[in-house]
Order: sequence, then C-alpha cells, then structure tokens
Amino acid sequence: MKKPKINGDMCMKCGACVGSCPVNAMFLREYIVEVNDDCTGCGLCKKICPVGAVTQEE
Amino acid sequence: MSDVLEYDVLIIGAGPAGSATARYAAKNGARTLVIEKRQEIGSPVRCGEGVSLSWIEELEIKEYKRWTAAKVKGARLYSPSGHVLEITEKMAGNEVGVVCERDVFDKEMARLAVEEGADYMMKTTAVSLIKEDGKICGVKARSMGKELEIRADLVIGADGFESQVGRWAGIYDAIPPQDIMTCFQYRMAGIDFDPNYTHFYMGSSAPGGYVWVFPKGEGIANVGLGVQLSMLDGKKTPKEYLDEFIASHDQFKDGEPIDMVAGAVAVTHPPETVTTDGLLLVGDASRVVDPMTGGGIVNGMKQGKIAGEFAAKCVSEGRFDKEFLKGYEKEWRDQLGNKLWRNYMAKEKATKLTDDTFDKVIDALSELKLNQVSIGAILEGVKEKYPELIEEFQDML
Repeated sequence: MKKPKINGDMCMKCGACVGSCPVNAMFLREYIVEVNDDCTGCGLCKKICPVGAVTQEE
Repeated sequence: MSDVLEYDVLIIGAGPAGSATARYAAKNGARTLVIEKRQEIGSPVRCGEGVSLSWIEELEIKEYKRWTAAKVKGARLYSPSGHVLEITEKMAGNEVGVVCERDVFDKEMARLAVEEGADYMMKTTAVSLIKEDGKICGVKARSMGKELEIRADLVIGADGFESQVGRWAGIYDAIPPQDIMTCFQYRMAGIDFDPNYTHFYMGSSAPGGYVWVFPKGEGIANVGLGVQLSMLDGKKTPKEYLDEFIASHDQFKDGEPIDMVAGAVAVTHPPETVTTDGLLLVGDASRVVDPMTGGGIVNGMKQGKIAGEFAAKCVSEGRFDKEFLKGYEKEWRDQLGNKLWRNYMAKEKATKLTDDTFDKVIDALSELKLNQVSIGAILEGVKEKYPELIEEFQDML
C-alpha cells in the first residue's frame, strides 16, 4: 500500500487533497493534514496537490 | 464531562455562505451559532477574489468599497495564439465586476451576521456529528483545546470544498476527478498589465481550466490558474504550470510573488440532495460553485440567504425533518439550479476544446460586435465563421 507522505515544508494546508479523497481518509487540521487508516493508496492526493507536497511511500 | 452549548441553528464554517446563512437565520429569530476552525475569518485567503456586484442589493449589502481592491471595466479573453476578446460591462448585462479583499469581505459578512444577533466561536472545529434516533442533533467539537458538545435542532454544513459535514451525514460521494479543478495562484507585484480589466488566458497553459489575472491595483494582481484534475498526468503540478505561464509572458515574468494561494473547487452539477434529517448544506459544501467560472461567492451567498430564512422557518414551525427541508431544496434549486446545470454542460464541452478551437472561437468573436454575452450569442457568432465548430454544440443553441 502506497500511503501518502506529506511534506510539511511544502504543504499549504489548502485542503485540495482532503476534499478530493475518494474514501475521506484525509483531514485538514489547522497546521497539518492527517491521513487515517482508511487510505487505500490510490494516489489522487498526490496528483491533485497544487504544489507537489505529496509523495507516496513504496 | 464536556461543556454543552445549546442553539436552534449551528453553522459550521464562517465563509461567505456560512455567514450569510447566519445573518438571515438570526434576523428571523433563530438562536444561531457559527463555529470556525481557523483563528481568523477570511484568512488565509483561498480565492482569486474576482466577483460581480450583481447580488449585493439582494443580500442587502450597502457598502462595498471597504472590501474592494479594484473595480474593472470588463474582461479580456486571450486565445493561445493571442487573439483577444474584450467583454465590457454592458455586454455582460451591466454586471459590475470588482476584485475584492476576501479577508476583509468575509469579516464584513460575519459582522453583518453578528449585527443580527448571531454568535461566533473561533478556533473551534467540529469533529463528529451527534446522532440520536437517526436524527442529527448537534456536533462534538474541539475549541481551544477543550472538548465541547454543541446541540442544535438544525446543523448547517458551510465547510467548503473539503466538507466533512456532508460526508459524515452521508449526503454525497466523492467528486469525480473530471469535476475537480486544482488551483494555484500568486499575488504578483511589479507586473505590467492593464488593471482596468480582468484577464483570462484559455487553452493548454491550464488544461481544462484557465489562467486568470485579477487586478488588485496598479502593477499588482492575483495571477493564478485552475487545472482539471483528470487532465493532470502527475508529472507537472499546477504550480509548475503557472510558473511556466509566467516565465513565457513578458508582462508577468519580471514580477515578484508576494503571496501564494492553493486550493481546489468542485465544478460539478448540483447534487441530488443537500439535506438530511436535522441537517442541510450551503455554499461550496453543497457544490454550488459555477462550473464554468469556478466562482463560488455569489451562489453561496444567495443560497445562504435562502438557507438562513428557511432555518428560521424550521425553528418557528418546529420541523427539522428531511421532508420539511425539501422546501429549502426547492427554493435554492428554483433560483440557481437551471444555471448550474446549463453551465455544467457548457463546461463539459469547453474543457475538451483544443488550442486551435480556442483560437478560432476567440478570433471569430473578437471580430463581431456582440451586444450581449450569452452562450447562445457566442455560438451564433462562431457559427457564421466556423460552422464546423458548432456542430457538437448544436444542442445548446
């Protein structure tokens, strides 16, 4: 499973990944985006990220 | 034991739609609370900030100068090879366009709600819905490190594109990627452009979307773009698309960024329902962003007014069930539904146009003297010069 990894230095906390997550596994906190265990590793969050802050672990 | 608060109406999210809802709910007698997860309303800004003023009378807004950065005379549309179509205020049905200061704007909308008696709590996040006997009757929340229970007869989700409330309530599924625009914007200073116009660049510099330049004053503008999620190949980010656009345009390449904004919008058709027992949605959370422009403020506020007035009616009648909330569904769809569907279908076609087609369309239109800009008038105009382009749009004429 390729769980997303969010680079906190690049992340703008914009919520683009949160709103587009097909299984609602991402949450926008005030200073961080969290990913829970519902994540299926589909990679949409990586694709949508406006600044490229999301990578996927192999 | 967590603290318990009780209200008639609880609104989650203090954006324009949430505050418009709060204002009209409170004005019509509902005890109303708005919770906002951030520490400041309207900040950080996640918006291009271009908006028409067509709605301000309806929303009883008397003063707009305080939240207006620049007033424009019209819009200019650029095709990939440089044809320009100028759309004046008159052509757009005398709709005055402005570029606003969203951080000021959102606070002003909140102030108007407070004037009517609405309560606000900042840095307060909803963490789950409270459900009893299958009916939603409030939320569990965290406020400044404290656990809180907020009970309300009607919960209103105004929590934007990334709405949790809508998903918790099981109102809708994920948005399909072809209906999501992912956006990036700089505010750029030191650029050379005409600040009397908003500028739109069509074509492959922003696949499935467009580049916007919205003036904030002389030499300064919001320069951003939206790209259709399903057209991204994972190799180039929206930021990289924008950087490329800026580097290849002389009027922008020497400017400097003084602000960065990212975000996403749903450019989809209206969902089947935005209500359930004890709960309704407004604004971006109910997916009323105009699918053609990606603009959400006007629809969100108009719908917010309807939601607020309806919420007060729920309170006075003591009815919060889904059956009763159909009245809200009907009212907002009567006002916004047709246009949302029409623009959704137009978007579906527009996002598939090639650079060559954009060149031809904008070329043909720029030679005409259009009196009025409507999808019909545009199609008629293009038909004369490039009839072959119109065939697949025939059903929209």
